[in-house]
Amino acid sequence: MNTPALKEWPLWEVFVRSKQGLEHKHCGSLHAADAAQALHMARDVYTRRQEGVSIWVVPSAAITASNPDDKGELFDPAADKIYRHPTFYTIPEEVGHM
Amino acid sequence: MNAPVDYLLHLADNAVVLGQRNAEWCGHGPILEEDIAMGNVSLDYIGQARLLYQLAATRLGGDATEDKLAYFRDETQFRNYTLLELPHNGPLVGYAVSDRDYATTIVRNFLYGALMVLVWDALEKSPDADLAAIAAKSLKEARYHLHHAADWVVRFGDGTEESHKRAQAAVDHLFPYTEEFWTPSAAEDAAVAAGAGVDVRSLRAAWDAIVNETLSEATLVRPQVRGYVPEGKHGRHSEHLGYLLGEMQGLARAHPGATW
Repeated sequence: MNTPALKEWPLWEVFVRSKQGLEHKHCGSLHAADAAQALHMARDVYTRRQEGVSIWVVPSAAITASNPDDKGELFDPAADKIYRHPTFYTIPEEVGHM
Repeated sequence: MNAPVDYLLHLADNAVVLGQRNAEWCGHGPILEEDIAMGNVSLDYIGQARLLYQLAATRLGGDATEDKLAYFRDETQFRNYTLLELPHNGPLVGYAVSDRDYATTIVRNFLYGALMVLVWDALEKSPDADLAAIAAKSLKEARYHLHHAADWVVRFGDGTEESHKRAQAAVDHLFPYTEEFWTPSAAEDAAVAAGAGVDVRSLRAAWDAIVNETLSEATLVRPQVRGYVPEGKHGRHSEHLGYLLGEMQGLARAHPGATW
């Protein structure tokens, strides 16, 4: 009884790796008192239909997000840089399969 | 040898009654996430009950079905532990949603969950292959139920002054009902004699160890229990089972054979 009781449980972001998937994908968020409980809750809320074989939970407060208002300056300049896509280049015959 | 049908019904009635009882929290849980978790637990129990009723119905033959066993048997025919039919209200009797006490729900799930992990673990090795298969499936669910409940017992017991008080009250209220676990019924004796059941008395030391460890971590005190031993599994129930069955069986009895 050393830590003070919280009025609100912190928010956690949940990432689940599916049977076929290689990476954990963000699937939602939930409230839980601590990380261990967040894992339990994530199991019950997000893997009830056999969606997953592995779960990560991350405190939402630990995520720094880009500002939606900056969308234009951050992302639009990439729209006309087609040479950044590998499909822009033709691969010489002698390279073979890449 | 196969387990006697009465033994299957004892296991099935336990599961369906606690599943029905816990399902009362659906939509009323303390928080959204826990509401879903408790709904999952209830559905696990109802799933176990269905498998057991189906097996019992197959072995009874004739016109027996899982629905008839669940919906058309009366209170005195149910063989569940009295512990499992008690309302969520703790020592107070009543049915108001606002009076439900989550500590009571959790402590019951913990005391029963600790037993069922041991029961299914033993029945997984039963020579009754159908029962062993149900046990193998149920064991995984039971381990999660125990984990879930024990986690909350510790959080409540070693939590705030209020949560500790409620958890201890729930332990004091429910513990006497666990005495029923340890006195075998005729059905349990018959299952053991057939080599297909588990002698509950052989599980007591392991149950004590699980319960004592969690209660101690939760800073809760295990009460001294003596005296009256409930007899739900002999068909002699508290007044609460009738109301529970009334709600559970009402639809099936008002519209027999209805499908949707």
